[in-house]
Amino acid sequence: MSVTLKALTRSIWVFHVSAGSCNNCDIEILDLLTPRFDAERFGIQLIGSIRHADAILITGAMNKKSVPRVKKLYEQAPKPCVVIAVGTCALSQHMFRDSYNVEETLDKILPVDLYIPGCPPKPEAMIDGIVKLVTKLRQGT
Amino acid sequence: MSHKVIVPIGPYHPLQEEPEFFQLYVEGEKVVDIDIIIGYNHRGIEKLAEAKHYDQVAFLVERICGICSSSHPNAYVLAVEDILGGEFNMVPERALFIRTIIDELQRIHSHLLWLGLAGHFIGYNTVWMWAWKYREPVLDMFEMITGNRNNYAMFKVGGVRRDIKAEDIPIVKKALDELMPALDLFRGAVMDDPVIQARLKGIGILTKQQAIDWCVVGPTARASGLSMDVRRDEPYGAIDRVDWNVIVEQEGDVFAKTVVRILEMYESVRIIRQCLDKIPSGQIDADVKEIPPGEGIGRVEAPRGECFHYIKSDGTNRPVRHKIRAPSFMNVASNKVAAVGGTISDATITLAAVDPCYCCTERVAVINKSDNAKVMNGWDLIKLSQEKTKQLKDEIARKGI
Repeated sequence: MSVTLKALTRSIWVFHVSAGSCNNCDIEILDLLTPRFDAERFGIQLIGSIRHADAILITGAMNKKSVPRVKKLYEQAPKPCVVIAVGTCALSQHMFRDSYNVEETLDKILPVDLYIPGCPPKPEAMIDGIVKLVTKLRQGT
Repeated sequence: MSHKVIVPIGPYHPLQEEPEFFQLYVEGEKVVDIDIIIGYNHRGIEKLAEAKHYDQVAFLVERICGICSSSHPNAYVLAVEDILGGEFNMVPERALFIRTIIDELQRIHSHLLWLGLAGHFIGYNTVWMWAWKYREPVLDMFEMITGNRNNYAMFKVGGVRRDIKAEDIPIVKKALDELMPALDLFRGAVMDDPVIQARLKGIGILTKQQAIDWCVVGPTARASGLSMDVRRDEPYGAIDRVDWNVIVEQEGDVFAKTVVRILEMYESVRIIRQCLDKIPSGQIDADVKEIPPGEGIGRVEAPRGECFHYIKSDGTNRPVRHKIRAPSFMNVASNKVAAVGGTISDATITLAAVDPCYCCTERVAVINKSDNAKVMNGWDLIKLSQEKTKQLKDEIARKGI
């Protein structure tokens, strides 16, 4: 396991991108940081700049205006960087699949490492997903 | 001589969870103009609604916005019931009460959410943590009643989908009792704190006349001295069976908007308690066979203001036209006067004070290229510049210099 990958499993700094979501997943992500779930005790922190990010949380149905910006943000992130798709919209575009303003799914744009389904996923589901991801990274798979 | 500088904020910035792009035109510290560019969340919901049948649209409009996710379905079912002859003529009594309970619970959670974010913006992270901590029991109540924390799927044409069980009512009442000390705490913390008063009073003032001119709605209007509330002006659900007050403040600054929201939470608790006491037994939905041709509107007081839905039916099982106007559409535009004249450090809280919800209000701008207009992005400009160099290079090479 490389040093950079090992470092990634501790104190994950997260950058949050909303690419055409309805706010619900975004609110639940913020909920993760507040007293009941308190993901910050594991060092998981939302940060303001993509250049400090270890992981990108992407929500939303990927509309035409946000897709080029999401690509640009991913290019700016230091690698290795984990891409996490949160919510059914990011996974499969949900009920917006037929919309004129929505084109391709997230996994056709970026390499997605973790899918968290739900509309919106519960904070427990997000914690569970991140634990699974870290376990896999530690096992080196 | 003053020098005008543009401060771009966004679209992906830590200020708000949703993407939106602000351009602040500043002279020194002072904001002289502001541009708000949206469209990063547009999903074409109005058009999608025309391809879904009436029962499915309720689920679709729920996903317009995750925070007011009962106001949009509520306004939509009111619009469809307007075609069918009015809510009060067809929806069973019990369903009306359940609708109001869900609506008011949502108002409490939305206002707590805003209070937390506002605290975060002015540097009171403790307020953020507290407000969101006390928001959790409200979400628990939602989970108990509706089965989900955020998207409730409670509304259907002619009634509601789920009943509130008799054994759940004491639990909700107890949770509301436990919420009251938290609300008292916030009222005390915000209204008596000299630092918060100094920070928020006189900031981002929207006068009564400006509020009328910019057509603001909801708590933003009520904080500017406009007494308007759809719940009072055009009652829906069981809101006219209970006793409550419209909160109005006169100052129009950020502090007044905060006070309005805090006091409204008390009113919501009062409404829910009375509804739980008065809720009658009986059916929760009416049998709706088909929607006749016609037009209908539905108005609901969402936590951010008036939410408006318009439905046109041609007698088939799908709406021909579905028009949505969310409250933030008017409120966000009022930043044009509220934020101008303040400093950059006050711009953050002023922009957030109207409780903007960009997901609700998203529009898409279509640029008509037919009249020889050309749209270029950064890469196009670089390409243009490189092409000119290449052209010059070729010319020079041809001349043989």
